[in-house]
Amino acid sequence: MRKPFFISDYVSIRKNSLSLNGETIFSDAQETSFKDFSKNLYKHIEMNYPKFYKMDNLSKLALLATETLFKNKNFIPEQEEIALLLSNKSSSLDTDLKHQESIADENHFFPSPAVFVYTLANICLGEISIKYKLQTENAFFVFESFQPDFMTVYAEQLLQTGKAKKVLCGWVEYTEDSYEAFIYLVDEQGVLENRSETLKKLYLE
Amino acid sequence: MENLKHELKTKIIEALNLEDIAIEDINDDDPLFGDGLGLDSIDALELIVLMDKDYGIKLTDPKEGKTIFQSINTMAAYITEHRSK
Repeated sequence: MRKPFFISDYVSIRKNSLSLNGETIFSDAQETSFKDFSKNLYKHIEMNYPKFYKMDNLSKLALLATETLFKNKNFIPEQEEIALLLSNKSSSLDTDLKHQESIADENHFFPSPAVFVYTLANICLGEISIKYKLQTENAFFVFESFQPDFMTVYAEQLLQTGKAKKVLCGWVEYTEDSYEAFIYLVDEQGVLENRSETLKKLYLE
Repeated sequence: MENLKHELKTKIIEALNLEDIAIEDINDDDPLFGDGLGLDSIDALELIVLMDKDYGIKLTDPKEGKTIFQSINTMAAYITEHRSK
């Protein structure tokens, strides 16, 4: 018989606001830039990780959501065998454009190594793995929109085959105009069953 | 030389996104790597770009960097001697 899995916790970041399990826990003025919002949120959730400031926006977004979720779980992530499964639409386009700008003029050709290293979307998975010392399965997919059906099947496959005991899943999208993170943890314990319909509802909350 | 050291500290903080560090926190002879500012290998590459972009100094030998980037003092001395900008 198929073992059920659950969405134990979920975090959303949108429009300068962060919610945990449906409850808003931090909100900034709507006109605040992501740079200021991310800094304010970093302080609010009491992160202490100077490398955060060196990251690209996509990694910052993924890390802020992950930190909030992990803190709420009150566990030691490296002991939990947590696989990572993230997705978005624009890949690392925000950083790609910054890099492209730095090499567009041959008379002013100064590509930044610190920018270049973030010109792949799955780097944010690496940043999460480094921060929480995870040596687990990870995958990043680029889709037109959040795909609850795919995410459900992929996460369950990782769990059913014993590749992981938990899976941190979600959607982290950053462009110059907007940003959005929806991160959730699939686990053996929980109330909300890991089903596509549930995810659709939580994502739209 | 003192102006250059102050300028270097400002540029390093900005270029390397050292958000929690102020100019006053960096002593002229503090090691930039290791136990000092704790910079990493990507930061070293950023410093090489900074030397080229702002002072017209092209560093091609990585071994040179190890000596030049020891501290603000060593950087300022090298820039004063070799700058073309």
